[in-house]
Amino acid sequence: MTLGEFAFYAFSVVTVVSGLFVVLARNPVHSVLWLILAFLSSAGLFVLLGAEFVAMLMVIVYVGAVAVLFLFVVMMLDVDFTELKAKMAAYFPIAGLIGAVFLAQLVLVYGVWKSSDGAAALRGAPTPDPAEIHNTLAIGQLIYDDYIHLFQAAGLVLLVAMIGAIVLTLRHRPNVKRQNVLAQMYRDPAKAMELKDVKPGQGL
Amino acid sequence: MISDDLSVVLPEIILSVYAMLALVGAVYTGKDKAAPMLVWTTSALMLALAVWIGLTAGPTETAFGGALIDDGFARFAKVVVLASAALVMLMSQDYMRRQKTLLFEFPVLITLAVVGMMLMVSAGDLMTLYMGLELQSLALYVVAAIRRDNLKSTEAGLKYFVLGALSSGLLLYGASLTYGYSGTTLFAGILASIGDGPIGIGLLFGLVFMITGLAFKVSAVPFHMWTPDVYEGAPTPVTAFFATAPKMAAMALFARVLFDAFGSVPGDWGQVIAVLSLLSMFLGAFAGIGQRNFKRLMAYSSIAHMGFALMGLVAGTALGVQAMLVYMAIYVTMSIGTFAFIMGMQKDGQPVVDIRSLNMYASVEPLKALALMMLLFSLAGVPPFVGFFGKFYVIKAAVDGGYVWLAVAGVIASVISAFYYLRIVFYMYFGEEGDRRLDGTMPPVMWGIMMVASFAMIVGVVNLFGVEGLALAAAQTLVN
Repeated sequence: MTLGEFAFYAFSVVTVVSGLFVVLARNPVHSVLWLILAFLSSAGLFVLLGAEFVAMLMVIVYVGAVAVLFLFVVMMLDVDFTELKAKMAAYFPIAGLIGAVFLAQLVLVYGVWKSSDGAAALRGAPTPDPAEIHNTLAIGQLIYDDYIHLFQAAGLVLLVAMIGAIVLTLRHRPNVKRQNVLAQMYRDPAKAMELKDVKPGQGL
Repeated sequence: MISDDLSVVLPEIILSVYAMLALVGAVYTGKDKAAPMLVWTTSALMLALAVWIGLTAGPTETAFGGALIDDGFARFAKVVVLASAALVMLMSQDYMRRQKTLLFEFPVLITLAVVGMMLMVSAGDLMTLYMGLELQSLALYVVAAIRRDNLKSTEAGLKYFVLGALSSGLLLYGASLTYGYSGTTLFAGILASIGDGPIGIGLLFGLVFMITGLAFKVSAVPFHMWTPDVYEGAPTPVTAFFATAPKMAAMALFARVLFDAFGSVPGDWGQVIAVLSLLSMFLGAFAGIGQRNFKRLMAYSSIAHMGFALMGLVAGTALGVQAMLVYMAIYVTMSIGTFAFIMGMQKDGQPVVDIRSLNMYASVEPLKALALMMLLFSLAGVPPFVGFFGKFYVIKAAVDGGYVWLAVAGVIASVISAFYYLRIVFYMYFGEEGDRRLDGTMPPVMWGIMMVASFAMIVGVVNLFGVEGLALAAAQTLVN
């Protein structure tokens, strides 16, 4: 076994096992930690494929941002998982039956699966040869040239999500004292405090 | 060249840039005080774009390597979508201002939803389809829940969101199976990979999953369960919007997937669509009978009407697509008119949706009662009104395509559903005197739109305003 093969099997086993534990872990925080491990080992798989840019994105975006965000959400939301599981148990027989039937059908379909004649070549076509073109350039060409309209549409989807979050949650409360930065900056220290000579027994 | 590609999607670009400018402009100026002005400018822009797209009919153009198609079919659908969105927004302004729920985000979200719909109807690729669909759906989830202090509105938004996400998942799964089979996401490529022969069971699964996802968006039975609750819970202007532009866009997308990607095997999807159509017509006809809430009634009515529109697609012919387009154009017009009336229904300043409040309405407001009667007769498909011709076209297309049983079932369902439309007419003219009368006056914009729509129901009989010929030209660019 070469080193590359060994690395591939090591990363794959870690990815699959940690993926399994994401679902099986009882504590949701542990699930997120397993998820981070799954992300890291799949980044390793990308490096083995020669796609180091995607691997870096995986580490920076998924591990650095998304997973940490999940961690915050899981820790801040007070979700009672035992109660949720109790409700799930009530529906499990019927849901399990439907799921099993569905899975059996899909397995049957997969058994007789065939692609169209040119499918393999067509699917391979968008991926340029890594020896000729750098993978950062290749992904840039796909996102910013070929599929620019989809990229922009995805931007609009995110804009809608942002507007939606604000419309549905932001409340303008009256009588809330807000910080007025300009008023603070233009405040004159000399006039900030005034000394009054209070005569005994008179008050202001 | 990128500049050629951009010129094809110029209307979409203008609309999205406008949405962003409007958002930023309103945030930095009057916020919700700027909302009425925004509604007017948005409607004006949409109407202008509709006129522009309608008048600059050129040859079929594609952009981004075939991922976007701008043909006669897309233009027809875009004009209907833009015009109906503009009219609904104009009507909603008075209603929302009265209820003090007019937010400046409302026109912005509607604009972005319309951009999504325009992408949907000119999709030539599974990815474009999905991005357009999600852009539209996400904006609609938010506007359904826009009255966030109202329990029913938030329920509508949440229910729509959860079920919509599920249907998007099914659609995506179908798209992935289709991609796995054909190796490309372009509709033209999928069509080429199928060839003439029978399609494999894997691709058939993909096709059925995609039909499922799309059937949810047009609220065809058995994927209709969200419709009554969402129609009832959402604010009435939003319901009016749901019943018009998104329905047209989803139906056009449905036709595009079926004909552009799977056009060579109409036998494989024809039976699925036929069952969807049959179930929708009958469920819409029966379930509407028990409804006393006008908005819920319109939800079941829209389910039944979607069944009829799907009947046009069953045949798999250009005439069938033409029938579907004519039907949708007529349905959208009728819906706009009817919802203009529903938005105007009020008592002591509160909106009313109970149909029993219309008892003896004709003696109070004879003109409005007459207009509503014409719209309801048209919705029911009673002959001399325009709605009858819509039904006539789809039934004729089904008979020509060899689906005589479906056409017969359609006629029966149409007769059954006539009951609940005519009951409202009965209440208005022969109902009992009660104290649940409506009061208040209808704002002039709503009144005008309702009168024009109901007038069109009778004048359109002459030549359907030429929609017929336009729809045929549009259908021929899709089916050749």
